[in-house]
Amino acid sequence: MKKENFVKIQVQALSSNEAFVRNAVAAFCLSIDPTVDQLSDVKTAVSEAITNSVIHAYGGNGGLIEIDLLLVARVLHIEIRDFGQGADDIEAIRKPFFTTKPDEERSGMGFTIMESFMDELTLSKTDGGGLTIKMVKNFDNN
Amino acid sequence: MKVKHRFLKGVLYMSLEGELDESKALYTRGQMETSFDCYDMGKVVIDLSNLSFMDSTGIGVLIGRFKKLKERGVTVVIANPSRSIDKILTLSGVYTLMPKVEY
Repeated sequence: MKKENFVKIQVQALSSNEAFVRNAVAAFCLSIDPTVDQLSDVKTAVSEAITNSVIHAYGGNGGLIEIDLLLVARVLHIEIRDFGQGADDIEAIRKPFFTTKPDEERSGMGFTIMESFMDELTLSKTDGGGLTIKMVKNFDNN
Repeated sequence: MKVKHRFLKGVLYMSLEGELDESKALYTRGQMETSFDCYDMGKVVIDLSNLSFMDSTGIGVLIGRFKKLKERGVTVVIANPSRSIDKILTLSGVYTLMPKVEY
């Protein structure tokens, strides 16, 4: 039987919580003995997702972000949900350099970075509005 | 997050230290701009040796500073990024504006 483990986190959508969330996710992964590079990839991807909710979903005004972590053997599943503004075209926002806020020095690279640092990325609309980001990292891959 | 600088023979060396994410972007931007205003340099070296974390917010900060320095005719290079920061900078094409150098 596969060993499973999970953690659920709810945070206020504030940029000052980004470090907490990415470090909590990293700490959760420590039990499966990841490499430093793998941990740093996961932290970067999580930080991108949280920044996205803080800035785009809630416009910096705060709101609820839910983070579900599930470890099945050496595969990490992360689901990050917000209940904010969402996006009309969830394919468009994945494209490199796509940003709705170019005047605020936004690079538009968030989803491209999540995609390249994780093994899988899927976007969907949260029930009742908002965006849900699902990511998978297999720690048996490099 | 700390921003340190040192001016030597026309070159401004800036060291970004700590974790650069959304919560530290405004502060970092401000610290960098203040240093830029103080010196008449031909070149800026942004040293990332002690930057332990950066996400795409950092890309915005770096490109924003690059644009302002370019208007002044100042060249900018980036030194010593960690492996994952290097990956982000490569992905986003930052090195085409600010080449990576060894120091």
